[in-house]
Amino acid sequence: MKSAILQTATRYLLPILLLFSVFLLLRGHYYPGGGFVGGLVASIAFVLHSFANGTKATMKILRYKPLSLIPIGLGTAACSVIFPLAFGLPAMTGLWLEEPIPVIGMIGTAIFFDLGVYLVVIGVVLTILFTIALEE
Amino acid sequence: MIDNHILAPIFIQLFVAIIQLIFWRKTITQRYLSIGGSIIGLLVAIRLFSRVYEGGILTMNAANWDAPFGIVFVADTLSVTLVLLTSIAALSVSLFSSVGLSRQRMLYGYFPIFHFLIMGLNGAFLTGDIFNLYVFFEVIIISSFVLMTLGGRKAQVEGAVKYMAMNILASTFFLTGIGILYGLTGSLNMADLSLKIQEVQNKSLIGITSCFFIVGFGIKSAVFPLYYWLPSSYHTPPSAVAATFGGLLTKVGIYAMLRVFSLIFIPDDFTRNLLLTIAVFTIITGAMGALIKTNIRRLFSYLIVCHIGFMIGGIGMFTKVALMGTIFYLIHDIIVKTNLFLIAGLIRQLRGSMDMKKLGGLYRDYPKITLLIAIVLFSLVGIPPLSGFWPKIYLFQEAFTQEQYFYVFGLIVGSFVTLYVIAKMWSEVFWKQPDNEQDIDDRFEPMPLYRKILMVLPIGILALTTLYIGLNAETIVHVADRISTQLIDTSAYVQAVLGTK
Repeated sequence: MKSAILQTATRYLLPILLLFSVFLLLRGHYYPGGGFVGGLVASIAFVLHSFANGTKATMKILRYKPLSLIPIGLGTAACSVIFPLAFGLPAMTGLWLEEPIPVIGMIGTAIFFDLGVYLVVIGVVLTILFTIALEE
Repeated sequence: MIDNHILAPIFIQLFVAIIQLIFWRKTITQRYLSIGGSIIGLLVAIRLFSRVYEGGILTMNAANWDAPFGIVFVADTLSVTLVLLTSIAALSVSLFSSVGLSRQRMLYGYFPIFHFLIMGLNGAFLTGDIFNLYVFFEVIIISSFVLMTLGGRKAQVEGAVKYMAMNILASTFFLTGIGILYGLTGSLNMADLSLKIQEVQNKSLIGITSCFFIVGFGIKSAVFPLYYWLPSSYHTPPSAVAATFGGLLTKVGIYAMLRVFSLIFIPDDFTRNLLLTIAVFTIITGAMGALIKTNIRRLFSYLIVCHIGFMIGGIGMFTKVALMGTIFYLIHDIIVKTNLFLIAGLIRQLRGSMDMKKLGGLYRDYPKITLLIAIVLFSLVGIPPLSGFWPKIYLFQEAFTQEQYFYVFGLIVGSFVTLYVIAKMWSEVFWKQPDNEQDIDDRFEPMPLYRKILMVLPIGILALTTLYIGLNAETIVHVADRISTQLIDTSAYVQAVLGTK
């Protein structure tokens, strides 16, 4: 079932939802949000696209299989966990840059952990949904 | 003493799994990575063991938050011994599964999930925080669900449903217990809990809370009357998976019981009697189940249940000698049970069946392999001087000292039934002439030599470990002695975690 209204709306909603998911990801350190919620919102954006245009079209704009996001995400998170070891600190210690970066704010190891979670969530949700959608 | 080395066994498994995910569907690369990662894991475990054995308890505060506020990882002798045994078992299973599994299963991510499972096991042994222990339990059961259903045969799914339902129930009990404990004391750090629990006035509430933990860990380690999920699910997955489950998963429940009952709930008379009663019934029901089974893997599953009872009884008596028996048995059991399921897988390759009625003549066709298997079976039964014999001395000794004749009866029944079923299996599988020779489906003979070696080598490694445990029992007794001393007198553990206050 293809609806012109949904397709047109999705064209505008996809970038807005993705932007919102990044906003949630960055906001997560002190306020509600974070990698998990951000990842869910981002994957919902792609799910909406697949409702409007079909699963094949969504896989085409993604280019890579969502499955490949899982090891990248896990690797990012795991590296952020062991990064403090290089400075002789216990694993998972939060390390922060001295100066804030415009727009993003303070950069620390925690953001990379959240980024990893974000990627893993997108990868897992899309893998599951695409598998179910393509079975039909 | 703060040391980052503690996390190495966990992170090595994690990184192996991540790298294997990158090589998704490239099963040859995954095999090399799995074996290589397991060898590195074993070396790290040996190093961690020797450091803890020589230098005392190591701790690490994750994220640099001081105990009891952050999550603490603690490596005492019990933890590192189990990590070492897990690494030996993991190396053998990953060698065996590189040839003993169908390619179909490997394509759907067998190896990464296997390494996540080992990561969860190492984490559960090393953590010093009770909620973190729960999290690692979840990592273990989620990985084991995937391993159990991988392949998707009908029998597998049926077994997995029972397994999943019971394990989720166990986790719920465990989590409820943690919730009540946190409400009572306001802490989750096990060392801190052991101090704070003494100040709680409402002793009966503590007793009830400990029952939540008994039920939760009891389901996981398959004790009477909560054991039935184990024999009805462990015979369904491939042998390499069943070996990991049979050797390691139920023992995590025993480890958690040892930890919780030594640190937080020191067993009172009620708990002791409860544990001893459970132990005897577990031994007897496991033994009765083993008597009537003709499928080798079902038989071994019931033997797991039976021998869990030996260890629970040791915890129930809760003296130094009894705990030494339990710990020695734990060390022996992990290696032997893993090996038994690998042997079941090998027999399936040799004969195409695991039903004792259809098997036979293995001694005539494969005398060398039979000799290797004999070592394992004899140590399972506990023929002196092999490894199953020594822990029973301590258990009997303490049971007579405490005049727990009911438990002595259980031990005797359990040992004799084990002897009987193994002797029956020996005559049926190895000595008997097979009924009709043309039915034999020998998939081992046409294999190339390197595959044959890879299939027998893990059984050889584990059999050598068993021989070492049995013939060099003095060393193991020293280790068990040290562990049980630390379990009875936990002040060293508490001091290592919380510092000198």
